[in-house]
Amino acid sequence: MPIRVQREDFDVGAEIAALRAGNRRIGAIASFVGTVRELNEGQGVAAMTLEHHPGMTERALEAICAQARERWDLYDVLVIHRYGPLEPGDQIVLVVVASAHRGEAFAACEFVMDYLKTQAPFWKKERTGQGERWVEARASDDEAASRW
Amino acid sequence: MSIKVLYFAGLREALGSSGETIVPPSGVATAGQLRGWLRERGGVWADQFADGRAVRVSVDHQMAEASTPIRAGAEVAFFPPVTGG
Repeated sequence: MPIRVQREDFDVGAEIAALRAGNRRIGAIASFVGTVRELNEGQGVAAMTLEHHPGMTERALEAICAQARERWDLYDVLVIHRYGPLEPGDQIVLVVVASAHRGEAFAACEFVMDYLKTQAPFWKKERTGQGERWVEARASDDEAASRW
Repeated sequence: MSIKVLYFAGLREALGSSGETIVPPSGVATAGQLRGWLRERGGVWADQFADGRAVRVSVDHQMAEASTPIRAGAEVAFFPPVTGG
């Protein structure tokens, strides 16, 4: 159940291949990639910095994945989340779920992302033409997490 | 009882502090009571920890609530609602 919090970019294909390796009982792999947008709240975003709480981030992501594995029959879950300086177009987060069938894979992947958005201690700071500002959390994220 | 308190993101910037070691009075035994005690410092502390403000808290690397107890040596972190992903 790999969890990585890192500055470096990741290769989605390589990570999926590594997660699947050797397990021919896997029939479904669902994945999500989050990327930095160049437009947020009507402002052009030139750059972003992701802050996190070292020690707690890994633990929070592990707890989210453990919950996913309790709720659905999964072979494995991978989460990679970056921190540090990022630019529009950069990859931020990867979630990959492997299971026997697609129902569990789709549901668990969405669940992990919905929980990550409200439970994982990361904070985004954007630099726009008007200066720097912290991204505000969205009520829609709390609603998404609560429906599970 | 000595505890370590951390502040993250916008809260850290507003308070001008990334963290401190605190010896709270005996009446401060939960995360919520700690927040109230910090509020009593007044000024920017009263603003940032005001009742209506959305401030989240963790105790020893786990998301916590106002009622979560704080023990000696605990690490308590205060931060704005998270925005990862």
